[in-house]
Amino acid sequence: MSAPLLEASGLRLSFGAVPALDDVALSIWPGEVVAIVGESGSGKTTLLRVLSGLVRPEAGEVLYRDPAGATHPVQAMGDAALRRLHRTDWGFVHQNPRDGLRLGVSAGGNIGERLMATGARHYGGIRQAAAEWLQRVEIDPARMDALPRTFSGGMQQRLQIARTLVTHPRLVFMDEPTGGLDVSVQARLLDLIRALVADLGLAVLLVTHDIAAARLLAHRLLVMRRGQVVEQGLTDRVLDDPQHEYTQLLVASVLAA
Amino acid sequence: MMAPGAENRSREAAVETVTGYNFGYLDENTKRMIRRALLKAVAIPGHQVPFGSREMPLPYGWGTGGIQVTASIIGPGDRLKVIDQGADDTTNAVSIRRFFARVAGVGTTERTADATIVQTRHRIPETPLREGQVLVYQVPMPEPLFRLEPRVAETKRLHALADYSLMHVKLYEDIARTGHIATSYNYPVMVNGRYLMSPSPIPAFDNPKMHRMAALQLFGAGREKRIYAVPPYTEVRSLDFEDHPFVPIRADAACELCGSRESYLDEVVTDDRGGRMFVCSDTDYCTTRQGTQGSAREAAE
Repeated sequence: MSAPLLEASGLRLSFGAVPALDDVALSIWPGEVVAIVGESGSGKTTLLRVLSGLVRPEAGEVLYRDPAGATHPVQAMGDAALRRLHRTDWGFVHQNPRDGLRLGVSAGGNIGERLMATGARHYGGIRQAAAEWLQRVEIDPARMDALPRTFSGGMQQRLQIARTLVTHPRLVFMDEPTGGLDVSVQARLLDLIRALVADLGLAVLLVTHDIAAARLLAHRLLVMRRGQVVEQGLTDRVLDDPQHEYTQLLVASVLAA
Repeated sequence: MMAPGAENRSREAAVETVTGYNFGYLDENTKRMIRRALLKAVAIPGHQVPFGSREMPLPYGWGTGGIQVTASIIGPGDRLKVIDQGADDTTNAVSIRRFFARVAGVGTTERTADATIVQTRHRIPETPLREGQVLVYQVPMPEPLFRLEPRVAETKRLHALADYSLMHVKLYEDIARTGHIATSYNYPVMVNGRYLMSPSPIPAFDNPKMHRMAALQLFGAGREKRIYAVPPYTEVRSLDFEDHPFVPIRADAACELCGSRESYLDEVVTDDRGGRMFVCSDTDYCTTRQGTQGSAREAAE
């Protein structure tokens, strides 16, 4: 296997006396889906924000490998470089689509923004790409000029995914992408994400508290508790044969339908 | 000191210079502060420089920014022209011109070619400006991203990173909704390939005149306390798309007074039965053309 896309080691961060990250290490390879599970307040989202360079850790290092193979420490990158990275090679899907979308801008404009930010200046080309992506995330391209606030929650989330993937990132951070959606919509969204990941060969770092979603999507699983990674391994191994007591509790508490 | 009567076509009677004020109304320290901001603005074309805007004896929105810039650069030998929407005879233009005639005693003119400083609100004169002239704009809102990003700190970051995709999203939305870029005034421009700049609310028709203009262009926003500038012969490009290029908009008519088909026109309602006429918005340009046409007709007879 090739070299990891993102490599983190020794991450530490505390909010006052509360340790949010306690010596966390993590690597993610191209094309791999890694899920981070754990209870609320275990530091999952903080880890995501540190890895994506949005928050600076107190100790530790995050290394990013660019398409040319050179590694860059994310925390030492300038604002401009980090911003460029976030709109080209990386993507971020927020839990609440309202955080990731511009609600006053049409669906087409939302998808086009990333293209225009990376230098696309051909209106027809931008529209064509937007229509293709709307189709890919199962939104009727006829609604391209509609405002996202007229969309349902599931559609907004799919639009956010289209907007993120339009520049063909290699690594996508997803913060509970199915949170706040009802079960049938969740199932469709998970299906869609799974298909897109397989099609595009994306690497995804997925934060979720939904064990079922993690089992469906992830190749590897990290279990976090109180800022520490208490267990990690292949998804099926961790979920079928949990070693740590907290993982056992987590797996046992999943409701069977 | 007033200019000789022959050159001074000002319609007001000679205004007496008031005493008890420093030359140009502002005190020398304030002028110095504004000149420092101006120098920085000229050094970084299109970049907004903060300055300590003073209370002026006219309300915000009437040109307090432009008047402070003019007061800081004007000298006894200068001749000032003030226009408001292209016209020399509207309230705003007349009162600012009288103000400088009083507090600086400088000569004033309505002829673009005779002026050394032109203070303007919402237009660029039709007569091309030449080297050595200064065009001072009155700017209500200096931040071009203001309607798109409400946080000032964030707009500064966007300028620092030259991240102007927001503005392109806005133009995209315009085309998606109306089929063309529906911005007809205050049309955003890129200055020197680096900074996005608001040209102040001039019509998009005037934007091409800013490109490589021989005169120095200074912008003052009094309420927002910002100064910016475009040095002579600087590249100024209107934003657009490859397949929807920038088109300056002009009413499809000729001026009814001077017959110009090139100048920017105002539509004037003449009665309450739907009567209307198009006339040049630049009064100096229009009267000059009428004058030469008149003398040409006389010569022909």
